Amino acid sequence: MAEQLAIGSRRGLKPALPLLLPAYLWLTVAIFLPLSAMVFFSFMTDLPLAGKEWAFTLGNYATFFSQSLYLTLLLASLRLGLEVTLWCVVIGYPAAYVLAKVLKGRSREAIFLLVILPFWSNGLVRIFSWAMVLREGGILDTALNAVLPFKINIDLMYSYPAVIIGLVHSYVPYMVLTCYLTLQAIDDSLIEAGRSLGASRLQVLKRVIIPLSMPGLIAGAALIFVPVVGSFMEPRILGGRTGTFYGTVIEDQFVAVFNWPLGAALSFILLAVVLIILGLAAPVLRRAA
Amino acid sequence: MATTRILEWVGRIYIVLLLAFLYLPIIIMALMSFNASPFYQLPLEWTTDWYASLWQNDQLIAATWNSIEIAVITTIISTVLGSMASLALYRYEFRGKKFLQALLFPPIAIPWLITGTAMLIFFFGIGIGRGLVAILLGHVALALPYVIVVVSARLQTFAPELEEAARSLGANQWQVTNRVTLPWIMPGVIAGGLFAFAVSFDQFVVSYFLSTPGQTTLPVEIYAAIRKGFTPEINAVSTIIIVVSMALMLLTARFFKFGGEK
Repeated sequence: MAEQLAIGSRRGLKPALPLLLPAYLWLTVAIFLPLSAMVFFSFMTDLPLAGKEWAFTLGNYATFFSQSLYLTLLLASLRLGLEVTLWCVVIGYPAAYVLAKVLKGRSREAIFLLVILPFWSNGLVRIFSWAMVLREGGILDTALNAVLPFKINIDLMYSYPAVIIGLVHSYVPYMVLTCYLTLQAIDDSLIEAGRSLGASRLQVLKRVIIPLSMPGLIAGAALIFVPVVGSFMEPRILGGRTGTFYGTVIEDQFVAVFNWPLGAALSFILLAVVLIILGLAAPVLRRAA
Repeated sequence: MATTRILEWVGRIYIVLLLAFLYLPIIIMALMSFNASPFYQLPLEWTTDWYASLWQNDQLIAATWNSIEIAVITTIISTVLGSMASLALYRYEFRGKKFLQALLFPPIAIPWLITGTAMLIFFFGIGIGRGLVAILLGHVALALPYVIVVVSARLQTFAPELEEAARSLGANQWQVTNRVTLPWIMPGVIAGGLFAFAVSFDQFVVSYFLSTPGQTTLPVEIYAAIRKGFTPEINAVSTIIIVVSMALMLLTARFFKFGGEK
């Protein structure tokens, strides 16, 4: 009877509402309504502010599809996302494996924390710190010239590789984190069983370890790819004039050109691309969580 | 097995290399903030002049105060509202609960560029405009999902029988929450609060679109300074920020295990 009462009080939305409403109202006002407003504005000729004339139009989307510049930049951003994600897999996966299967005890905990710590520090500042390293006469340049017998000029600053390096540095801890979580869950006896049945290390890796850690790989890839496609600050700082991507063009519409409706349309197209990607990754993400 | 041991050592060396990749630029930046040469020339001549000159930079100091104020208010609001929502999601069963939980995902997953520009459009449309109020509205919304996720994770380890026992012993709802549930989830609430502070204090993209010249935060001010040109002063303030945000996360890690419960 008492138990029924207790469970009974836990049913229904009504008692939960006062606790839920403030948080979800806030999210609605500051996230969901703005996103809806953005879609709405993207179909307008001008902002309906201060008595300006405006009308509904498909012109902003027509601009995207008629001028090859925007599509080219979107493709460039998608390529950037793909390259950064691949580098993060190549660099992050082995590290996650060592953390999960080689290191033990306190040293594992400490190093794991060290790897993900930068991820939670200021991203802008970390990107800026690369400028110190990559510029001509910077640390990399000076250090290499001090060691090498011949003179070389390292000036990676304001180039595509600089953008890649900065972004990989920013996002690789994500890949280490997600892969570590799935790798750690793999029972060591599965690996030993494979080995004792005569499989080589490579075969065990290919047939046992990689398939079982796939959810972590895909989760990491989605969580890296999406923000990289929408990045603008990193290409601006490290890419200079070569750092024009889809994200920087959206930024320009809002802070330099002041064509907000076009900016809204470009943002919405990016949102659609992002949602498709997340939708594809969602089943895997759910299983990983 | 000799091969295994060799491979393990290769793995350890690899981790050290990765850590070097992650930390070297930050360490170099920190060292340069103590270098007397404004053109970053070596060898390093020790000076704290750049830190001293930060104190003369009124614009930077004003932006720093704004950042701290907004981060503190964001932490308080999002921790309280987020913990309330987590409790409701934990305690009650109702239709649409899964949907409400799924709604927490987009704010985390959608690139800040999109969220930030959308907020700019909407806040302008309804008359809030840009400025510190708009930034605060945005920061709380960004921090809320993190708080709810972290506190909910802690609630997963809570035994509902404890609440029922307290209730059957005559405690009312308020007493149950205050004396039984809250003390248990406190580490989660504190971790959520630290997360919220970090999300707000380090936030650049959303603040960037919502700030105006007089009303701005530290990262936005730094971005403006970087685009004007590199100066050792930026190194100094960046070093301070990175030390503060890393210290915050170390503190968070004490309360919340990222690698799951051991």
